[in-house]
Amino acid sequence: MQPCVDMTLLDDILAQYPHEEQSLIQVLQDVQRAYNYLPCEVLEKVASELKVPLAKVFSVSTFYKAFSLNPQGKVIIKVCTGTACHIRGATQIIDEVERRLGIKPGETTEDLGFTLHTVNCVGACAMAPVVIVGDKYVGAAKASDMHKYLTVAKGGDNEN
Amino acid sequence: MRIESKQAFEEAVKAATALNEKRTREIMVCCGTGCLANGSQAVADAFAQRIGDLGLDVKLSLHAKTTGCHGFCERGPLVVLKPEGILYTKVKPRDVDEILEKTVGNGEIIPRLLYRNPENRQPIEKYEEIPFYKHQVRVSMRNIGRIDPASLDDALAHGAYAGMARALFELTPEQVIAEVRESGLRGRGGAGFSTARKWDATRKAVGERKFVLCNGDEGDPGAFKDRSIMEGDPHAVIEGMVIGAYAIGAKEGYVYVRDEYPLAVHHMNLAIEKAKERGLLGKNILGTGFDFDLKVSRGGGAFVCGESSALMRSIEGKIGEPRAKYIHASDRGLFDLPTALNNVETWSVVGQILNQGGAWFASMGTKKSKGTKSFSLVGKVKNTGLIELPMGTTLRHIIFDIGGGILKNRPFKAVQTGGPSGGCLPADKLDLPVDYEVLSENGSMMGSGGMIVMDDRTCMVDVARYFLNFLIDESCGKCIPCREGLKQMLHIFDDLVEGRGKPGDIERIERLCKGMQLGSLCELGKSAPNPVLSTLQYFRDEYEAHINDKVCPAGMCRELTTYKINHDPCTGCHMCTRVCPTDAISGKPKEKHAIDQQLCISCGSCFDVCPEEQCIVFLPKKDIGGAHATAGN
Repeated sequence: MQPCVDMTLLDDILAQYPHEEQSLIQVLQDVQRAYNYLPCEVLEKVASELKVPLAKVFSVSTFYKAFSLNPQGKVIIKVCTGTACHIRGATQIIDEVERRLGIKPGETTEDLGFTLHTVNCVGACAMAPVVIVGDKYVGAAKASDMHKYLTVAKGGDNEN
Repeated sequence: MRIESKQAFEEAVKAATALNEKRTREIMVCCGTGCLANGSQAVADAFAQRIGDLGLDVKLSLHAKTTGCHGFCERGPLVVLKPEGILYTKVKPRDVDEILEKTVGNGEIIPRLLYRNPENRQPIEKYEEIPFYKHQVRVSMRNIGRIDPASLDDALAHGAYAGMARALFELTPEQVIAEVRESGLRGRGGAGFSTARKWDATRKAVGERKFVLCNGDEGDPGAFKDRSIMEGDPHAVIEGMVIGAYAIGAKEGYVYVRDEYPLAVHHMNLAIEKAKERGLLGKNILGTGFDFDLKVSRGGGAFVCGESSALMRSIEGKIGEPRAKYIHASDRGLFDLPTALNNVETWSVVGQILNQGGAWFASMGTKKSKGTKSFSLVGKVKNTGLIELPMGTTLRHIIFDIGGGILKNRPFKAVQTGGPSGGCLPADKLDLPVDYEVLSENGSMMGSGGMIVMDDRTCMVDVARYFLNFLIDESCGKCIPCREGLKQMLHIFDDLVEGRGKPGDIERIERLCKGMQLGSLCELGKSAPNPVLSTLQYFRDEYEAHINDKVCPAGMCRELTTYKINHDPCTGCHMCTRVCPTDAISGKPKEKHAIDQQLCISCGSCFDVCPEEQCIVFLPKKDIGGAHATAGN
């Protein structure tokens, strides 16, 4: 189903850390960044290299929000749901993205174009409500402008 | 270039200061998360290039959060010109030439780039004169916006590591702890435990290795002071931690930074690297023979990891589940060894306390809460951003003098402090002086310094529900009272906001709260009922309106609220049509508009933009009647 994943990326990551349990979260962070998710094969190798039971690797992978076991969309949309964003209308923005993309928070569109996440405060409260489209922070975001950001993000794929 | 003696340190500071003084002109471009989002990197690059082209002797410093972010994030990129202290807002790369030519070259002000007072539209030239800054007393944030966080020399020129030098060269570890004790410093992470006592206990604990940790897992939604300190002045954190490690006898430390703060991770790592190069960190610090190694540990995005024992498990590479509190971290913390954990803000003032003396710090604040405290003032307030004030300042002064009052001059309803562990204080508590005890006595808490201002368009039942929803996501699930209590409580709140509330719900909520307070393992669960209980205490009538009348008085709960356009005041300005996400509003420009109730999702976007009085109004959904008005499904 999934094409074979490139294990050399993992080797580069593992080379940077001591092979012990303490490195687990840091390694998984880098894996998530390099592969855009935590592929099963990679986790198996992480477990054997760091000498941590695979069950424990899964437990950590599912406990922390930064990790996902499913491939993520090309563009990740994070809607901040911190208190300041909430009272300035984050809910409207989530509704609007849900309506436009047909996915709920945590889900990815079928074409792997977008993933929608909610995050508990990115610490840019003065710009509330905040949406992060890919790497771009959008401050004072409006529900009615979301379609514009989505269109730009989709068109911007080629540049990446 | 390693600094290896007291004399060498003094010379390094002198050299850095001289370098700074030689440059009479400084252009500071804010490069904090907010301004970067607005394109400040391009502005900084443009300055660097033009200054190079022209051969000007201007120091260009890239600052994380130059102005401490007061709604100016929206106005970024920000540029401050020193020595005058002129603030320019919304600077674009194309403005760079004009600034260099007119302001730098001829001392001319460019009016269109100035900040305007939102009250009277008057331009304000200097950033110190902006009301938001005028009232502040900055200790932990003293250098944010003044130094380039990527330059160790710049930090040295602004007094960094002076407190550490005094501690290492002149004081014994016991004397360091005594100085901190005199300052009265208490944990800035929220609980307010005495820092000196924590250090003393860790010093006396037996263990082959000891650790100092910095809690940079600022998870409280609405708080971002720690991010700003780590981004804008990482050396203050390092300095504090070296002093703490010396006092305790620790040789290793970690800064635990949450995953959502990539720039903070980057700046902390950079600062650690530079400090090590110069002998301010690592082996044989300042030639005193004291070793201390510091590393950054990135969090995995879990709120509970802000809890001390969960944070330590996370650094160990495990899942962040807290443990019972009778085991003290000072005895058995990280890797079951003696550990002192303090918040970013706490560490960031330690250097100043050692430099200026504990008595100086204790001269500010209230009887039991000494010194200054940073807050992020956000929500429905005109000036939003980071502020730092002596303890004991009243909420009114903070919200109305510094914050400039409520957005659109709407009525103040409540201020939420302490994040998901805190509470909401109503208007009659505005004159309370803010300190640890006063906030706790009134059903809230200090927390990590988020201060979220709410107006009459904020539904307090929805706010309480928001925090439950937040905590359900973040509860680690280890203990049942927290995991199940939150879930059951959220069921009831869902009923309330969707019009299915029934008599007895309030009592059921109160019972669940009591169970969670008594039975939860860690503070997350124990304090989770606070937002619920405080809104019940001060805004019980809103709960009753939701239950008995199926009405949301603030007009925020969608299932209970509907919107309508009154024909008389409508000028056909068309603003509402533009923001409506479902195209439910019809009407040509300059003609009367109307809302199609079948399409309307009651989001309230139109209400919030309508410039006319009494034009768009909200009504209880049940008053409209019709098939669409049935609540819930």
